[in-house]
Amino acid sequence: MTNAWTDIKNTDLVVVMGGNAAEAHPCGFKWVTEAKAQRGAKLIVVDPRYTRTASVADFYAPIRQGTDIAFLLGVINYCIKNDKVQWEYTKAFTNASYIVKDGYAYSDGLFTGYDEEKRDYDRSSWDYVMGEDGFAVTDPTLQHPRCVWNLLKEHVSAYTPEMVERICGTPRDKFLRVAQMISECSSPTKTMTSMYALGWTQHSHGAQNIRAMAMLQLILGNIGVRGGGMNALRGHSNIQGLTDLGLMSHLLTGYLNMPTEKETDFETYMSSRQFRPLRPGQTSYWQNYRKFMVSFQKSMWGDAARADNGWAYDYLPKLDVPAYDVLRVFELMNSGRVNGYICQGFNPVLAFPNRGKVTSALSKLKFLITMDPLETETARFWENHGEYNDIATRSINTEVFQLPTTCFAEEEGSLTNSGRWLQWHWQGGSPPGEAKHDTWIMAQIFLRIRELYRKEGGPFPDPILNLSWNYHDPNEPEPEELAKEINGRALTDLRDPADPNRVLVPAGKLVTNFSQLRDDGSTACGCWIYSGCFNEAGNNMARRDNHDPDDTGAYLGWTFAWPLNRRTLYNRASADLQGKPWDPSRKLLEWDGTKWTGYDVPDIAPNARPDQVMPFIMNQEGVSRLFSRGLMRDGPFPSHMEPFESPVANVFNPRMRGNPVARIFQSDVAQFGTSDEFPFAATSYRLTEHFHYWTKHNRVNAALQPEFFVEISEELAALRGVVNGGWVRVWSKRGSVKAKAVVTKRIRPLTCDGKVVHVVGIPLHWGFVGAAKKGFGPNSLSPFVGEANIETPSYKAFLVNLEPTTAPGVQS
Amino acid sequence: MSDSPRTAVSNPPVQPMASNLGQGDLIRRSATDELPPPQRQLTPVAKLIDVSKCIGCKACQSACVEWNDTTPAVGENVGAYTNPHDLTENMFTLMRFTEWVNPSTDNLEWLIRKDGCMHCADPGCLKACPAPGAIVQYTNGIVDFIHENCIGCGYCVKGCPFNIPRISKADHRAYKCTLCSDRVAVGQGPACAKACPTQAIVFGTKEDMKRHAEGRIADLKSRGYANAGLYDPPGVGGTHVMYVLHHNDQPHIYAGLPDDPKISAVVQTWKGLTKYVGLAAMGFMAAGSLIHGVFTRPNRVSREDEENAEKLVKTGGAEPPPPAEERA
Amino acid sequence: MVERVQPGDTLHPGRPSTVGRYGIGARINHWVTAFSLILLVLSGLALFYPSLFFLTGLFGGGQNTRAVHPWIGVLLFISFFILFAQLWKANLPRRDDRVWLSKIKDVIAGHEENLPELGKYNAGQKFIFWGMSFLILVLIGSGLLIWEQYFAPYSSIPTRRVAVLVHAIAAVLIICVFILHVYAAFWTRGTLRAMTRGSVTAGWAWRHHRKWLREIVGQRKIGPAE
Repeated sequence: MTNAWTDIKNTDLVVVMGGNAAEAHPCGFKWVTEAKAQRGAKLIVVDPRYTRTASVADFYAPIRQGTDIAFLLGVINYCIKNDKVQWEYTKAFTNASYIVKDGYAYSDGLFTGYDEEKRDYDRSSWDYVMGEDGFAVTDPTLQHPRCVWNLLKEHVSAYTPEMVERICGTPRDKFLRVAQMISECSSPTKTMTSMYALGWTQHSHGAQNIRAMAMLQLILGNIGVRGGGMNALRGHSNIQGLTDLGLMSHLLTGYLNMPTEKETDFETYMSSRQFRPLRPGQTSYWQNYRKFMVSFQKSMWGDAARADNGWAYDYLPKLDVPAYDVLRVFELMNSGRVNGYICQGFNPVLAFPNRGKVTSALSKLKFLITMDPLETETARFWENHGEYNDIATRSINTEVFQLPTTCFAEEEGSLTNSGRWLQWHWQGGSPPGEAKHDTWIMAQIFLRIRELYRKEGGPFPDPILNLSWNYHDPNEPEPEELAKEINGRALTDLRDPADPNRVLVPAGKLVTNFSQLRDDGSTACGCWIYSGCFNEAGNNMARRDNHDPDDTGAYLGWTFAWPLNRRTLYNRASADLQGKPWDPSRKLLEWDGTKWTGYDVPDIAPNARPDQVMPFIMNQEGVSRLFSRGLMRDGPFPSHMEPFESPVANVFNPRMRGNPVARIFQSDVAQFGTSDEFPFAATSYRLTEHFHYWTKHNRVNAALQPEFFVEISEELAALRGVVNGGWVRVWSKRGSVKAKAVVTKRIRPLTCDGKVVHVVGIPLHWGFVGAAKKGFGPNSLSPFVGEANIETPSYKAFLVNLEPTTAPGVQS
Repeated sequence: MSDSPRTAVSNPPVQPMASNLGQGDLIRRSATDELPPPQRQLTPVAKLIDVSKCIGCKACQSACVEWNDTTPAVGENVGAYTNPHDLTENMFTLMRFTEWVNPSTDNLEWLIRKDGCMHCADPGCLKACPAPGAIVQYTNGIVDFIHENCIGCGYCVKGCPFNIPRISKADHRAYKCTLCSDRVAVGQGPACAKACPTQAIVFGTKEDMKRHAEGRIADLKSRGYANAGLYDPPGVGGTHVMYVLHHNDQPHIYAGLPDDPKISAVVQTWKGLTKYVGLAAMGFMAAGSLIHGVFTRPNRVSREDEENAEKLVKTGGAEPPPPAEERA
Repeated sequence: MVERVQPGDTLHPGRPSTVGRYGIGARINHWVTAFSLILLVLSGLALFYPSLFFLTGLFGGGQNTRAVHPWIGVLLFISFFILFAQLWKANLPRRDDRVWLSKIKDVIAGHEENLPELGKYNAGQKFIFWGMSFLILVLIGSGLLIWEQYFAPYSSIPTRRVAVLVHAIAAVLIICVFILHVYAAFWTRGTLRAMTRGSVTAGWAWRHHRKWLREIVGQRKIGPAE
């Protein structure tokens, strides 16, 4: 989230699209009801299904899953056509005025530079014209035909209300109503918030879904303001923490990148990360990359990370592929190239697409270690459960080790929420039975492996032998120790560069925040964006001061938000070029002539002049990007792309299947279905009664939503002779499930490109262990395709067929 | 002792507290004619369920299960989101889901109503209950089942205009929402209201809740729900669980919420007229017999009868029998 | 054939002569029914009149009263209808009954001499018999509907409301019939032994059911003397 949950109460319009906040985030959704009740805010829901969120919405519009880009570009087109643009904001705070290179173009659904063989673009033309002064060329009047604004205008012009209806199946009048309601938020005193979740991310073009809304929010002037923003609602309470701490194969902590094998030494690695400002006088904060990277290396390897060994750069693994995402790992596993797998706190048999492939892959392992507080289907993948897990146990040689861990209430630590708040929590109960904290288990594995390396050596034992492990009890690092390590400390006295006699931070003390980090090896910091969470002032994540001066919803004394306890990212954009708030009644920051004052921690230097330093300091431009240059693999602008399995062809280019640059493995291509064979458009989702595959173990949740079902319209039920509450079989090219049918008015057939599209809704909470009735998940059906930029599997749009059937057999 | 709590969102004190609800707080007690007047008047409380704010998350249901420590069975899906499928002795409250197409807009509305005891000012269950003290009503308006006095007859089921009480097959006692009387007794609001993430369920004094409802109704009217209103049915003397409905002109669309609930005339007759007329009839019968017994000589067999009989026996029926009878 | 005399009705000449009126089976049925009815009345009234709730103490408390009352009802139903099978033919209405009823004042006043000669049962007894039969059917029917433990799910609440009202009214009526029956049995001296020893004196039969007596004597159905 750019903003915080509590900030949603400040909004005038909530757009829930690509998510179902009331269903999946009922506690956070309270802020939507607050905004409605206190401010008279309106709520719009755009979704293939009339959801629980829609049940309390002011307006609901249906949409075919996977076509959000067309809808959103249609809204942008509407706003431009109707002059509903926050012009001052757009001109000053976006790259609308930047001139784009001549080579860049878009036609037939593709951008310049497409190579069908490589399934990739040559992105060199997707960039700005650079001036002789080394800065990007701009035209503040927006007259230049090649300026971003004019290119955008042209790009979105195809997305007329008629085109939106044709692609999305959204009736024209409903689309226009939504567009009109949204466009009103171009007023500087009206804000809109976008609440989205996996309904946008889990597509092969997920990142572009989000970009389309971000661009809309930018031209409406809704980023950085109270009640605005792009608000990704994270699923797990700590999934934000997962990405922040780099638990992804291509990331280190704090969004530092894992090096690639082409970057053979530290200086090569740093050379592409200088992030020189593209406009004069702008702040490009990533210029501090080296400080964060060196401090990270010091945190990892202490004295072994020295200037003369490139800060132990060689100790880091180097990527030979863009990422070892889960799809790639299971592809490798399935082709027999993975021996062992440690599965810590997740359940691939239900969570990853194409369950048949996942099970087949696990069956080829020598060993599988699962770490989980609960019994999982993954730990039991070898067990026969009749039709629910029809597997020949004897044929499997994988050795499975189940290590019981603790759940959140049985451990101390912090959880990072969607609003980037690091909230400390305390242990509420003792772990049952043999359950151990994950930290204990990981420490035991590490200590034993280190001992083996110490005794037996190996090709390169240094990264293991030299790993910093300075904990009070090496057998189990304490949460506070880890938090301090993440925050960072001075390794030698940190002196004021202006006054060398003045010690800012004495050696051994915790740094106040990341502004004190240095690139000379004198500081260590585990995760720079978290720096400040636990400093000499104490554990800031444990703060529980709920004072909120003037009811802004900022709550600066409540826990700690990264970065620097900032609650709204880009908050400098809440004020105009003179530093005056766009909406005085919703002031966040204000320039008092010498410095920024207000309710939040400013997102730029506190004394940076409003007419000089622009708000988006994490971009080299200092402004936000309507045109994202070559930074995304699938285009500098979003464009309509169909799902890989779609009931209708891409109207811009019928030959195009899915995202043209999404990675697909050869073995999976044969498993894509067509609409002839699989006529219905399926989507998967969560239900409020359950949390993923955990709560089916809980009798209360199991009683509230006991059994796997699929939702279909009355029309589809009539077409296939399905009765409400009866059994149906749903199958795709990859698998088949049996479910109870919920026949509902909440799903209606859509008409897209002249064709009736029936939607099949498949919730995902059932498996073959737990207190609830045995069932299946949509991942038995969904395709093995990842998002083009980040490889998030596409669970939200695929094709199935459906027929009435009988109850599944428990014995095979 | 303190008065009724004003909200459900406060946190409980850490130190133990004594219950604030006792025998001296009763205004009605089932099957009890001579109840001493209450020692004080507590401020009437109410739970307000704003259907228009409810997202149907069932947090209220799970909070209810957790607080009351009940164990609803894991059932099956029968093509609906309403689970369990009905109120049970283990499920005192239930989200009922109705898909309703508004005929005036042709738009679908998903009406989600939290069903449960309404805590009527004039409770039909209490009226019907034959077991002294099995159902009580406190001066704050809470209608509570006192399980140790319950005999499991199911009369409350017949008395209730809202179809709420359920009789346990395990212990043969009636169960329903208590409005968390045990929490209210120590200054806390009901568990469901506390758990409700959107504050669709709020709790406080009945006056405060009515005022709160006014604001909500104004908001709904501003959003085009011209018939938005408060459901506080006068037929049962008003209730201590009230709804804000978008369509207060037709409560029945909310999963059969009664349009004009009142205690059934049949039940009224049964617990009223029948009792008195019955007593009169039986009394009349007994008294009539008694008077007859006193004023009339017993019908004895006379010596003459005996002699005649013996004569008949001796003659062996030589005397001609009376003419053959026919059936009437 | 019109039946006036039932199979067990036999004459036992002696001093005094007696006439068998009820066999051992009928008497057991009668008393099972009678005790059941008494228990039902006690438990039923306890659940109907709050001031009589204390009567549940006789059954071990309210829960037990609630649990046992319907079972006693079932017992009564079975027992009574065995009795019914034995007695119904003798209770079919006859022309004499109308005469008897027309002289109800003489009946109440005890002026038996003004009444016609009667068969085994007079109209009052028949009224009690058929009244009991009818009310028991109503009570068992309505009782099953409101038997919470087993039958609640099979009918709607409005139906059960009617059932509970009908049950109450029928119960009041059966109590009235019961009072009449008991009182008449006491008032008409010499009657009780019919249900204890099974026989009545010939004099009693002469007085109250002369036609019946004549029939028995006429048929020479003589059993061993007592």
